[in-house]
Amino acid sequence: MKRLILIAAAALALAGPTLAVTPDEQLKDPRLEARARALSQELRCLVCQNQSIDDSAAPLAHDLRVILRERLAAGDSDKQAVDYLVARYGDFVLLKPPFQPDTWALWLGPAAILLLAGAGAALYMRGRARVGDAPLSAADEAEAARLMAADKGD
Amino acid sequence: MRRLIAILPVAAFVIVLVGFMVGLKRDPAILPSMLIGKPLPAFALPPVKPMAAGLTSAELVGEPRLLNVFASWCGPCREEHPVLLQLKAEGVTIDGLDWKEEADAGAHWLDENGDPYAKSGNDRTGRAGIDMGVSGVPETFVIDRRGVVRYRQVGAITPEVWSQTIAPLMAKLKAES
Repeated sequence: MKRLILIAAAALALAGPTLAVTPDEQLKDPRLEARARALSQELRCLVCQNQSIDDSAAPLAHDLRVILRERLAAGDSDKQAVDYLVARYGDFVLLKPPFQPDTWALWLGPAAILLLAGAGAALYMRGRARVGDAPLSAADEAEAARLMAADKGD
Repeated sequence: MRRLIAILPVAAFVIVLVGFMVGLKRDPAILPSMLIGKPLPAFALPPVKPMAAGLTSAELVGEPRLLNVFASWCGPCREEHPVLLQLKAEGVTIDGLDWKEEADAGAHWLDENGDPYAKSGNDRTGRAGIDMGVSGVPETFVIDRRGVVRYRQVGAITPEVWSQTIAPLMAKLKAES
């Protein structure tokens, strides 16, 4: 029994994560394969939309990985290979959206909101500080003097 | 002015709320097609049924038509199929692209369920579909007389989709010279 548990534990320890990328689709040239892996981590699987094609086991993701590797093997630059897929599936295939007029709100929105909120907060704080620093009126001054004098008298 | 500033956070919250309500209801599978306004990418596919003609992109001109991407392994295609047969009976030209399977499987599907297609081609590797930006089946492209893609339907053509969206477009395309 003990031995069985040991064997099971060893098997679990040795088991690595399963990869979506199968050995038969990998390129022989390790440098090209590394480029393909890096690029495919930035490309969205159209079937399971929050996974990259590098992660996804969907058949379409497999096809797109193979196409990407074919393009690289044919001598495409990284940009050319990615553009090949963008031409077919649109910018949506990029997990990181490009910076262009229709994505300005997406890229700049959070910073703009932070700046606006910061400016608002600064104005508000300044307003409060001014109330605190305002000089006392003559009546308040007299009252303060009276209280201080009374205090000394104790 | 003070009151306006007090309302501002509430107004911002309402804007974000409306944004989410609209955004969360949108079907993320329905993506804009890169092909709208462009001719179909070139393809020449072997037939689905033995002895039949295949399907080439150059043939898909002359009259407004549908190009339906299907597969025997696709569930929603089963739901769509009777609609396609009905459209064929009404005189709509539909061509079929059998996506990512052996021609045998596609031919068996057509024998069993009826063949709504004027012409059909087998895209065993899926490359012709991928060139068109197909991400799943069924998908249907509406093509005008010049062979330019005018609309892409993601998912099955239901009677509602046909009568509300595609039929009016087809009528408009027929009126174009």
